Amino acid sequence: MITMNYRKAIAEAIARAMRRDPRVVFLGEDVGKPGGAFKTTVGLRDEFGPNRVWDTPISEQAIIGAAIGAAMRGLRPIAEIMFADFLGTCWDGIANHAAKLRYMSNGQVSVPIVIRTHGGAGLGFAAQHSQLFDNLAMSIPGLKVVVPSNPADLIGLFQAAVDDPDPVLFIEHKALFDVKGEVDEDPFSVPLGSAATVRQGEDLTLVATGAMVPVCVQAAERLSEQKVSAEVIDLRCLTPLDMSTILTSIAKTSRIVIVQEGPATCGWGSEVAARTADVGFNSLDAPVRRVTSPPTPTPFAANLEKLWVPTVERVVAEAMSFW
Amino acid sequence: MKEIRAFEDKLQQLFSDGLVRGSTHLANGQEAVAVGAAAALAPQDVVFCTYRGHHHCLARGMPPEAAFAEILGRLGGCCGGKGGSMHLTDPSLGLLGSYAIVGAHIPIAVGSAWASRVNGDDAVTCCFFGDGTTTIGSFHEALNLAAVWRLPIIFICENNQYSEYTPIAEVVPVVNPAADRASAYGLKSVLVDGNDIEAVRSAVTDARGTAAEGNGPSLIEAVTYRQSGHSRADPGTYKPAAEVAYWNTRDPIKLFETSLDLPTGELEAMNRGVEATIAAALEVALASPEPGPEALLTSVWGDAPT
Repeated sequence: MITMNYRKAIAEAIARAMRRDPRVVFLGEDVGKPGGAFKTTVGLRDEFGPNRVWDTPISEQAIIGAAIGAAMRGLRPIAEIMFADFLGTCWDGIANHAAKLRYMSNGQVSVPIVIRTHGGAGLGFAAQHSQLFDNLAMSIPGLKVVVPSNPADLIGLFQAAVDDPDPVLFIEHKALFDVKGEVDEDPFSVPLGSAATVRQGEDLTLVATGAMVPVCVQAAERLSEQKVSAEVIDLRCLTPLDMSTILTSIAKTSRIVIVQEGPATCGWGSEVAARTADVGFNSLDAPVRRVTSPPTPTPFAANLEKLWVPTVERVVAEAMSFW
Repeated sequence: MKEIRAFEDKLQQLFSDGLVRGSTHLANGQEAVAVGAAAALAPQDVVFCTYRGHHHCLARGMPPEAAFAEILGRLGGCCGGKGGSMHLTDPSLGLLGSYAIVGAHIPIAVGSAWASRVNGDDAVTCCFFGDGTTTIGSFHEALNLAAVWRLPIIFICENNQYSEYTPIAEVVPVVNPAADRASAYGLKSVLVDGNDIEAVRSAVTDARGTAAEGNGPSLIEAVTYRQSGHSRADPGTYKPAAEVAYWNTRDPIKLFETSLDLPTGELEAMNRGVEATIAAALEVALASPEPGPEALLTSVWGDAPT
C-alpha cells in the first residue's frame, strides 16, 4: 500500500487507465503542459506524450463533442471540464448526445467516455465555481454518475469508469484534494453501483457522497459519545444507485438521515428518500430525514458559505432529533 | 439524385396520408450536395448528418427500405424504429448519425477526425450542416479546434438560404455565412454551386485530398435552395414566388440531365426504374412490423438491462 492524497490520486488514476489501455486519450483545458488548473494532472503529458494528452482551447462544447466523436470511432477518451459549473456550457453534448446515442441508434453506437470534473463548495469559489451538477446528471437515462470520497475509491472507480461501455460523469470534490488515504499499488477497480459501508452502526444510517462522507464519519464519532451508534454509507455512485446496501442497513437501524451537499429539491437525496420510503417502509421506525443546503446558489462570504454546506453539528442535531 | 427526389416526394405523400408521425425535413433541391460529396468520399470515410439528412444517408448507400422503415417507426428501420426521420444512422456505411440539435454534431464530427489523427488511420470525416448552423456557438468552437489541430475533416455547409423560417441573409452580417467565416479559422474560402453536382464533387475531392495529406480541414459552402418548407408543418409560403421560380430553373436534377444530354428514351427508362425502386422499398418498409414493447427498455445501457 502507498499513501497519497486525493489530488495525487486523480493523476494516478488517469495514468493507470492510460497505461492499461492504449485507446485511452485525455483532453481538456490546461491538462497537459500546465498539469491542470488544480495540478490534478501533473506528469501525464510527460509520460504519455502529445498524441495521448491534448491541451484544448477554452471550448467546452468542442471538448465534449470531440470526446464523443472519438469514442464512436473506438477510442476511450477522458475529457476534463475544469469546474463542474462549466458543464452548463456543454450540457447538450452530455445529455442530448452522449447519453442518448446508443438508444437512438438502437445499440449501433457506443459512447464510452469519462467526463472528469472538479465540483463542490466550501473553498470560497462562489456561485459559479462551487456546484456539483450531480443531481441534474443523475436524472438522465444513459449517463452514469460517480462521486468518489477518498483516494482509493477514486482510483478504483475511475478504472471501472474508463472500462465502462457508457458515458460516465466523474465528479471529484475540490474540498477533498488534501485528504490522504492508502492505495493498493497493484491495479484494481471498484465496480460502479456499489456503495461502501464506511462505518458500522446499530441505531441509525447516515447516507452521503463526496465531501459529506467525512462530515458523516465525524458526526458518527460525536454521536457515539452520546451512546448513539451510527452506520455511514458512502454511495460512491449515483447512477447506478446501490439501494440494496441502504435497505440492508435500515433493516438493522430503522432510521435514516440523508446528507446531501446542495439544495434539497430534486436532489439525489430526494430519490434515495423516495425509494427508501417505498421499498424500505416496513423497516423504518421514523420518518426519512434529510440534511441539505438551503435552496439558494452557493454564497461567497466565508460565514455564509459555512451556513450553506451541511456541517457535522447539523448532522448530529438531525440524528438526535429521533430521540 | 433521382432516387432521393422520389424518396422525399413519396414521404411528402405519406405525411399527407397521415402515415408519418412527428416531424421530418425534406431535402428537395439539395440532392447535388449529397450525391456530389458522396462521389468524392472513400469507403473508409465517415459522414455526419443533420435532421435534414435523408439525402446524405441515401447517397452514402443506405437502402431506401431501411430509411423508409425508420421514418415509419418500424422494426426494419436502420435504428429499429427508435430514432426516426431525424436520426438515421448506419455505422456499417460510415454513417455515424443524424443529429437534431443544430450544430451539436460538428464537435462530434471533429472528434471522429481527432480519432483518425490519434490512430493514424486514413479515414476522412465529412460533416454536413446548414447555413443556420453558422450562427450557433458549437460551429465556431468546432471549426477552431479542427483548424488548430489540423484534423482530417471536411465541413460542408449546405446553404439552402433559410434558417428554419428566416432568410439567412436577415440573421448573418456577411453574404456567405460559411465561406466568409473561413478566414477566421485560417481556412481557405471555398464557395461552390451546390446545384452543380460536378462542382460539388470537384470541391469535395480537393478537400478530401487536403485532409488525407495531413493538411487539415476544409470548409466548403455549397449554395443551394430548399425547395420545401422547413419541416412538414411548414408549407414555406413566406418564400417569394420569383425566388422559387428562379431556383426551379436551377433544379440540380434538371441541370444535370441537361448536361448529360441523354436520349429521351433512356431518361424515361431511368425515371421508371427509380419510381419502381422507391415503390418497392416502401412496400418492404410497410410490411415491416412495429418494434415489440421489449424494445422500449433496450439499448439504454451498454452493460445491463434498464
